[in-house]
Amino acid sequence: MTAIDELTCQELVELVTEYLEGTLSPAERARFEAHLKLCDGCSRYLEHMRRAIRLVGKLSEEAIAPEAEQTLLQDFRNWKRN
Amino acid sequence: MTTTQPGTQLNPAAGRRASAGEQDLLAALRGGDEAAFLGFVRQYHPALVRLATLYVRDRALAEEVAQETWLGVLRGLDRFEGRSSLKTWLFSILVNRAKTRGQRESRSIPFSALWNPDAEPAEPAVEPDRFLPPDHPDWPGHWAAFPKSWDQVPEAVLLSQEALAVIEMAVAGLPPSQREVITLRDIQGWTADEVCNVLNIGETNQRVLLHRARSKVRRALEGYLDG
Repeated sequence: MTAIDELTCQELVELVTEYLEGTLSPAERARFEAHLKLCDGCSRYLEHMRRAIRLVGKLSEEAIAPEAEQTLLQDFRNWKRN
Repeated sequence: MTTTQPGTQLNPAAGRRASAGEQDLLAALRGGDEAAFLGFVRQYHPALVRLATLYVRDRALAEEVAQETWLGVLRGLDRFEGRSSLKTWLFSILVNRAKTRGQRESRSIPFSALWNPDAEPAEPAVEPDRFLPPDHPDWPGHWAAFPKSWDQVPEAVLLSQEALAVIEMAVAGLPPSQREVITLRDIQGWTADEVCNVLNIGETNQRVLLHRARSKVRRALEGYLDG
């Protein structure tokens, strides 16, 4: 049995998050990486996932509206006075 | 060579850990430092609003909940004992207020805290028909056709407004429990521990929700890039 048979691609894609989170056991991690080394499809899949995660990180927050900021500053001043 | 530089004391913020930075911030807030308060507000207000939108019916209400949260912070500032981080405390206040408001608005929300993985069908990360069937003589469970390489996709396409809109829509279309987790983890950049604390969920559920969310976002991106 070769490394690529010990873990199917279909099984590997379900372990990607655990792999990226670093929560796989050392044995599982070794199996995961051994499969990856032999399988272009899964390497690409992992790369897709990494890119998707990076892109989600680009969904930036809008800045706070100036009016909201003024209201909160006023709240802070009121709080300070009391 | 001197390892302790005399100038270090003039820059107390240098090299401090986050918790020490939070102590400084806390002291500044308690002392009525407006610049410190505004900095704190600018850093977290948009994230508060985004998280609140998961619980209440519209953005205006979410904005209101976020503003109430800051009032809650001010009211609790003198009693805050620093047992949790300031950030965790801030977002816990937000989540509690938002849930209360959400209930008052009679919107029923499946919170991630109530989410039970066993009560839901499995959601494969990838459509099963992309793999060879279990009875395939040579390669059962392996890719029927490899995913396409994105190495040749220019950054300009990947980072285009259009691609980001696809991502945004994919996130918006997730079930709320998954949206909560991916928002905090991948948009806000929180650690798994922070998410578990604020949402009051276990480590495994956090990871499963993140996995489902990320897998769907990846699928949406693949659909867009591979057309």
